[in-house]
Amino acid sequence: MEGHSTYVPKSGIARWLESRLPIGGLMHSSFIAFPVPRNLNYFWTFGAILMMMLVVQIVTGVVLAMHYTPNAKLAFASVEAIMRDVNFGWLLRYMHANGASMFFIAVYIHIFRGLYYGSYKAPREVLWILGVIIFLLMMATAFMGYVLPWGQMSFWGATVITNLFSAFDEIIPGVGTWIVTLLWGGFAVDNPTLNRFFALHYLLPFMLAGVVILHIWALHHVGQNNPTGVEVKNVRKDTIPFTPYATLKDTVGTVVFLLFFAWFLFYIPNYMGHADNYIEANPSVTPAHIVPEWYFLPFYAILRAIPSKLGGVIAMFSAVLILAAVPWLDTSRVRSASYRPLYRQFFWVFVLVCIGLGYLGAKPPEGGYTIAAQILTFYYFLHFLVILPVLGLVETPRRLPGSIAESVLESTKGGSATAVSAGPAGAVASPQTKG
Amino acid sequence: MKGHRIMWNKTLAAAGLLTAVAAALALPARAAESGGDSHGGAVPPPISWSFAGPFGTFDQQQLQRGFKVYREVCASCHGLKFLAFRNLADPGGPGFSEGQVKALAAEYKVKDGPNDQGEMFERPGRAADRFPEPFPNEQAAAVANGGKAPPDLSLMAKARTYERGFPWFIFDAFTQFAETGPNYIHAVLTGYEAAPAGFQMPDGGNYNRYFPGHVIAMPKPLNDGQVDYKGPDGKPQAPETIDQYSKDVSAFLMWAAEPKMMARKEIGFKAFIFLIVLAGLVYFVKKKVWAPLHDHPETA
Repeated sequence: MEGHSTYVPKSGIARWLESRLPIGGLMHSSFIAFPVPRNLNYFWTFGAILMMMLVVQIVTGVVLAMHYTPNAKLAFASVEAIMRDVNFGWLLRYMHANGASMFFIAVYIHIFRGLYYGSYKAPREVLWILGVIIFLLMMATAFMGYVLPWGQMSFWGATVITNLFSAFDEIIPGVGTWIVTLLWGGFAVDNPTLNRFFALHYLLPFMLAGVVILHIWALHHVGQNNPTGVEVKNVRKDTIPFTPYATLKDTVGTVVFLLFFAWFLFYIPNYMGHADNYIEANPSVTPAHIVPEWYFLPFYAILRAIPSKLGGVIAMFSAVLILAAVPWLDTSRVRSASYRPLYRQFFWVFVLVCIGLGYLGAKPPEGGYTIAAQILTFYYFLHFLVILPVLGLVETPRRLPGSIAESVLESTKGGSATAVSAGPAGAVASPQTKG
Repeated sequence: MKGHRIMWNKTLAAAGLLTAVAAALALPARAAESGGDSHGGAVPPPISWSFAGPFGTFDQQQLQRGFKVYREVCASCHGLKFLAFRNLADPGGPGFSEGQVKALAAEYKVKDGPNDQGEMFERPGRAADRFPEPFPNEQAAAVANGGKAPPDLSLMAKARTYERGFPWFIFDAFTQFAETGPNYIHAVLTGYEAAPAGFQMPDGGNYNRYFPGHVIAMPKPLNDGQVDYKGPDGKPQAPETIDQYSKDVSAFLMWAAEPKMMARKEIGFKAFIFLIVLAGLVYFVKKKVWAPLHDHPETA
């Protein structure tokens, strides 16, 4: 998809640089001339939104690190000092804490968009797997970040989650304990744990940024998927240049997302958090309910749904890792759910199952909640392991438009010229006309 | 368009079904929870706070009264360690003058040192000092209070809450309801009552309607008329009742926990205006730039 660049350095300095390091041409072909399918809807702006959120997190995080003290005796007070005594410290910290939640909201929309439109299918498997790696790094970073304020939920969340690794003792005796001791830097969650979590919390986002570059590289090599799932056939007819079209659309999406972010940041900054985390960590007092941050709740529900500890840990990690296998689990030839009448319904059921798991993850693991979590966990894996492979074999997809340009033409001309496939094309192209 | 509608109808039907299943599963557990009453106390009654909502502001008079209640009643056992005297004069707070803060700080004894002779000494407090702790250490606090140290109050209004439950927690995101903390503090302070017949009260416990488990170590702290609210004219500035004291001290503790709330909401409003205008501008620019594409999709 690259190689489209028509970049000509204008100034002497640019020409000098270009002949030594062709960075101008790279930027030009990646973000100016890069051909974008012309029918992308607003769900495709979440890539840009996520890029912005990563920058927001790194910038606020670096400044917070200048004021934060990673010491078990001082951490809690240093966070309060940021909130009270650092100029706009409250803004930085609330931006960072709520930013993590916003990052996850955006990434979940981004992932579900990929699942809906089949963005993981050949030739985008590596692009998708890189995305799963980014998701894993995000989860690790967010988990360690939540430990840093050293509140009660920080401490006990860290205790519960790190303890999970001891389940590996059931496979090879000693290995689980060894991992846990390594994570703790001792024999309990304490100052060494906080120190290494802080170091890793600072390191991982930069590794994440590195994988993001690979993710974008892979994206620019294979080109973007689009709501029809039909590959670009004629670059001139099916695509438009990234700038100004995608740049402007991404800007609209980003600003609207910032409005959503601002609602939480300025008016309900503690809505996504736990009251218990405003109590300093105390190893001798266990909170009534130890609950992770909302974005981990579906996985937490899966963990607790399995009666055995090792089984729960395996199920929880599998729930994330199974995403990497989706390109091969989905047997359908057709990418987009817009042309897959059955998959489309199962997709929405799956979304609801994930929300249901999230709700159950926040509930105590007892009675009806456990049974419900078990049913939904079963369905979660059923979706990937049975429904996805079988659907592709039994489903009759709707007729695909001949090309992206054709689907756009149909929607803008109101189906007058080519009314044959107005139904599916209309469904696909309607976000486009709204945009 | 038709395809879209069908998709949504089916989605809604599926959503309805799933919600019903979830509700059916959740109900027995919920009934068991509230019936057993092991988890918590009653749900605190909602209070109409001046600081609620997007334009909420702290009531300076109320914060000053709340500080008076804290100082005369709570401070003998509860610290306020994250606050300095100077904070009382900060914008968006109780609005004491710098002179008042200086005079107030001077009434406290603060440990300092070591001096040139290598000795620790006590001196009158200064505006920059933090509120001194009521006990020298946690063990001393615990032994003086029946075995459990009274918690610091700096963050109390953010460190306590009660479960909102479905669907209220979703509505709260839209209504910006964020006052469970002060509601809870007010409820506990007004919730002392005689234990119901047959209630097993452990030694040193007090019955409270709203405290989780109903057994609270803190004895009833407030009584009608206990704190003098008389103004310069000799008339009370607010009712001298338990309910009013509790409201005032809860508001004060909300400020203590979130002293930058007013700045946050003010900046938030400006940020919103800015972002809405920006969103409109970029939207119409985008529309204009994209318009030729829609008219002539074949020429890009």
